[in-house]
Amino acid sequence: MTERLGIVTLASLERGTDVRLDSSTSIEDMVVGRYVTIEGQKRRFFGMITDVSLGVTDPNLTLTPPDVSDPFIAEVLAGTSTFGTIHVTPMLTIGGDAETILEGPQPVKTIPGHFSAVKLASESDIELVFGKEDPQRFHIGNPLDMEVKLCLDLEELVKRSNGIFGKSGTGKTFLTRILLIGILQKSKAVNLVFDMHNEYGWKGTREDGPPVQGLKQFAGSRVAVFTLDEESSKRRQVSADFVVNIGYDEITPEDIAILRTTLNLTELAVEAAYELRKKLGRSWLRQVTELNDQELEEALKGTAIHESSLQSLKRGLSTIGRLGFVVPKAPEDAVKRILDCLDRNINVVLEFGRYREISAYLLVANMLSRRIYNRYQQRMEEAIAADNEAMKPNPLVITIEEAHKFLSTEVANKTIFGTIAREMRKYNVSLLVIDQRPSGIDEEVMSQMGTKITCLLDNEKDIDSVLAGVSGKSELKSVLARLAPKQQALIFGHAVPMPVAFQPREYGSAQSYKDFAPQKEAEEDIEKLWD
Amino acid sequence: MAEVQRVGEIIEASTTEFTAQCYELYQMPPLGSLVKTGDSAAELYGIVYNATTTSLEPGRRPIARGRDEDSEEAIYRSSPQLAKLLRSQFGVLVVGHREGEKLYQHLPPQPARIHGFVYQCSPDEVKDFGRSLDFLNIILNAHLPVPAEELVAASLRRMSQAHDDQRAFLVAAGRELAVLLSGNLNQLNAILGRIKL
Repeated sequence: MTERLGIVTLASLERGTDVRLDSSTSIEDMVVGRYVTIEGQKRRFFGMITDVSLGVTDPNLTLTPPDVSDPFIAEVLAGTSTFGTIHVTPMLTIGGDAETILEGPQPVKTIPGHFSAVKLASESDIELVFGKEDPQRFHIGNPLDMEVKLCLDLEELVKRSNGIFGKSGTGKTFLTRILLIGILQKSKAVNLVFDMHNEYGWKGTREDGPPVQGLKQFAGSRVAVFTLDEESSKRRQVSADFVVNIGYDEITPEDIAILRTTLNLTELAVEAAYELRKKLGRSWLRQVTELNDQELEEALKGTAIHESSLQSLKRGLSTIGRLGFVVPKAPEDAVKRILDCLDRNINVVLEFGRYREISAYLLVANMLSRRIYNRYQQRMEEAIAADNEAMKPNPLVITIEEAHKFLSTEVANKTIFGTIAREMRKYNVSLLVIDQRPSGIDEEVMSQMGTKITCLLDNEKDIDSVLAGVSGKSELKSVLARLAPKQQALIFGHAVPMPVAFQPREYGSAQSYKDFAPQKEAEEDIEKLWD
Repeated sequence: MAEVQRVGEIIEASTTEFTAQCYELYQMPPLGSLVKTGDSAAELYGIVYNATTTSLEPGRRPIARGRDEDSEEAIYRSSPQLAKLLRSQFGVLVVGHREGEKLYQHLPPQPARIHGFVYQCSPDEVKDFGRSLDFLNIILNAHLPVPAEELVAASLRRMSQAHDDQRAFLVAAGRELAVLLSGNLNQLNAILGRIKL
């Protein structure tokens, strides 16, 4: 049991509770973000400190401060005439009533009575709330200033689309890597990662220190690295399992539509693409790029495509044509290969190599995802029709970076990701979006995300959009604004019972890799050493 | 229990206070000291708040007698009647009572009786009484000829002497006062200034 900190003096469900500290409690030990329990008469409440302040019983004390250089006077006044208060936001009830005992922590629906005792949450309380590491729960980090583990139920997590946000350089990539490993180890879901910066496949960079292991080094046979740029992979000494090429005929006008802003196309040029597809068939793109002006004019007779629109479109398409991985005819169907891997429960990381421009990323990610999603949808529907659980494909988590480009209000309803985010789990596909500008993401998509993890954000709009619709928003805002610029994050939503600021677990040292390795395999490795 | 010292006899009593006369001139208990009266069935506790020495007869005022004497003692030696013509008496504010084994720090159901003997409390009794500090409220709210802060400070100083850890007792009392006087910072400061070690 921990020491009593103080007593509840005022409370409201909406505004939280005010706790007057006992004189023995040092106000400077009370840190925003720490967990406390409130011992009500019938229930125990679990909450977080969201504000700390000083109070006096007599306003004259602030006008004519007493002589506190005298230790006697200081001791007498501390906790009586002058006292500390903390503001606690109760989040859960963790004991007492039958429902809580049977079903675990429940969201608060009431407040503790007057003068209920407030204590620091003990390790067992926190464990009760955030769970222990077990086959389903994955240790993602530690709540700030605490030794206990914060564990996520990954089966629950992957049931919805999730987001990881934070300014550039706050540790999003690290966090994502940890989460991907978690999903790989502790859930039935498989990952498809569109790896724009070549961070997740074989090895990743970090700002201060040697490179860290990627998924492939970590989980070997359960990860396949696909690449768009074989040369870059070779240079980085990554043995890619498959080189992805995109054939001209695989690109549809819909793909061009979402690239409109990136390629600087006019609305009419996009309309022209649809017209061309109708007129020229599947090979429309090849014809537009390969035919000369006269031949094209010939072919387009009878359509209402304006010359300037066509030229605009051609300029845009030539940008796509210049991408090395776009070839007239793809030697092998990349989507089929990816699906094969996913079916065999192998995670796929698609590296972009040198193609780091956003147009390449948008094009490939959107195109592949759409086709994979369609196949998933088809197979799910067949499985539902046959009422056969075994026919359902493995749950799929698609990881995309720079998500605001896919999910901005303008294109969210055109890209497949908008659909996945909204339709969620129906077809066993969910998203893991990584972004540094969450305010750019469509509100509707944001609102559908199950769990959000956010590192430090300092743009007001971004903070508002991440926290939109969360209860206790203003309190969370103060916690979010006080996160360290690195390696601290706030998680809230579906997979955690209450919002929590945490420090992601270590990743990058030899010991940390060992900690990640499932116990059984580690034992096998040791046994092998003796053989 | 140690031999209890008798310090006077009650000559005037009410529910809230009583006045006792000393048997010897000037032998009154110190300001703020804890005294008791009554029998073992019902004892009253009080705090000495005031002491006076006056002429026995209100009409006869003492006159100066020392012109030809060397010392004060010499005056009393040369006029032995003085000890009989003057009297010392002290006022006691009732702050609690004991019924059987139980000690209460609030007013007793009955006032003290005239001619009741008044005893000085032993250090053990003082310590026992000091376990609760509710009596401070009675002192602060009484209408007395001496300032309440003086009496509170004097009683706490005396009471603390009976405790092994004087400072801890005074801090606890100070904290009780800080609560009672939360709206009267000046009075609080005055008392704290008078009781600090």
